[in-house]
Amino acid sequence: MKIMPCPLNGPRNITEFTYGGEVSAMPDPAACTDAEWANYVFNKSNPAGFVREWWLHNASSYWFIAERDAVTDIILRTYDPSEIFRTRVDFAAPRTTSSQENPA
Amino acid sequence: MPFSLLRHGLSSELRVEPDFPPPPPLRDAYDVVIIGGGGHGMATAYYLAKHHGVTRIAVLEKGYLGGGNTARNTAVIRSNYLTPESVKFYIASVNLYRNLSNEFDFNIMYSERGQLTLAHTDGAVRAFRQRAEVNRHLGGRSEMLDRQQIKELVPLLNLDPGHPVLAGLWHIDGATARHDAIAWGYARGAVRRGVEFHPLTEAQDFVVDKNRVVAIKTNRGPIKCGCVVQAVAGSSSILLNKLNIRAPIHTYPLQAMVTQPVKPFLDPLVSSSALHCYVQQTGRGEILIGGGSDPYPLYGTRSTLDLKEGLLAHAIEMFPFLANAKLMRQWSGITDMTPDYSPIMGLSPVDNYYLDAGWGTYGFKATPICGVTMAELVASGGKVPELIQPFSLDRFSRFRQINEMGATAASH
Repeated sequence: MKIMPCPLNGPRNITEFTYGGEVSAMPDPAACTDAEWANYVFNKSNPAGFVREWWLHNASSYWFIAERDAVTDIILRTYDPSEIFRTRVDFAAPRTTSSQENPA
Repeated sequence: MPFSLLRHGLSSELRVEPDFPPPPPLRDAYDVVIIGGGGHGMATAYYLAKHHGVTRIAVLEKGYLGGGNTARNTAVIRSNYLTPESVKFYIASVNLYRNLSNEFDFNIMYSERGQLTLAHTDGAVRAFRQRAEVNRHLGGRSEMLDRQQIKELVPLLNLDPGHPVLAGLWHIDGATARHDAIAWGYARGAVRRGVEFHPLTEAQDFVVDKNRVVAIKTNRGPIKCGCVVQAVAGSSSILLNKLNIRAPIHTYPLQAMVTQPVKPFLDPLVSSSALHCYVQQTGRGEILIGGGSDPYPLYGTRSTLDLKEGLLAHAIEMFPFLANAKLMRQWSGITDMTPDYSPIMGLSPVDNYYLDAGWGTYGFKATPICGVTMAELVASGGKVPELIQPFSLDRFSRFRQINEMGATAASH
């Protein structure tokens, strides 16, 4: 049994979680081109090594970020998304900047 | 072949012919460098030499011949996909497979046993009807079976697991072959035509000039190249990242296992779309069990108890007596999955770098046609054959995906 250390619920069996994809910077959906949007939606780095990923704890509907080694499957660190996402995205309001203020 | 067998039978001396000469020293330059010495890479080299007369070819393999996913797949050959683009492509592959033993003069143990996929919901029945019609329309052999027909075909199948079986998609062209023999057959044919096969030779980096790969750095030194074909399955992203080519590929492990051998009882390949499980009996009598990929990406070939428990519970629902069988072997391979479960073939953003990637869990059945089409692509200097045009990398930025998730994810 593999254990995922959840920032909210503590160490739990990894079967309680769902993988949610790589953390990557989202372009402004209102301003970016189709190609930029497709790149964000589909393309992955898929590195053989360090990855930063979204994970969901199913039972508590809690999304968090895990840093993992994609070769050894060792989970290096998990934390709440608020650690790197500091601004709220308002999808309804039209925006002019071309990229969202987030890391990765 | 029969005459040579007779001759050898009557002769007192056994003439030993090595299939491969020892690998020659690496030359400075090649017209074509193929990265990946599995089924796809060797087939591409074979057809380049055979159909197009190109022989200054090096196939670089970081391990040994056919030691990656060619050796790890469950050897299913079928063409009953959903979209006409895929069905056309896989039917061409099945047709090539049928004659490979003769072509190689080497037995690939092609066994056309038929594949049965079970539907447990009305939605699955409708999807299967569509797949049967598309397959027949394009020249394949598929039909729908009712419960009685399924019972006659596979008497030991439990038709009433948690969700009762409503109908089945019977694909008469479904087959298996000995997967190692495919790599060996292509490799032998290619090497005899002058292709150089270099095991233990890893492509480590590229030298790019004016948007062309001019040289490849390997662990045995640099080599110049006219063009490059990448056919490295689960490691696709590692090479693409070196060239800064962005692609929608995620690497997931895919696990499979076999039980101890038992008496022959199961002729067709049986899979269930709802139970995410497929069961077949090998020529040695082992029951081969496989299912979907792991739940999250990983570049590792470890096996997990979680996946085994889930998969085997479903296999036992299909064939309850399997509960008494012992597992004998387990293994996994790393698969390069795409979001639409279709491959990525053809041109890349780098001019002379050709892609044979995104083969996920369905690469083995496409090996011969991949070889033919990739060879055509290379020999023509980048004119994409019609059969693989729909699988281009840029289909994602044009939002023209080929959705084969339903026809692929659970039932290989």
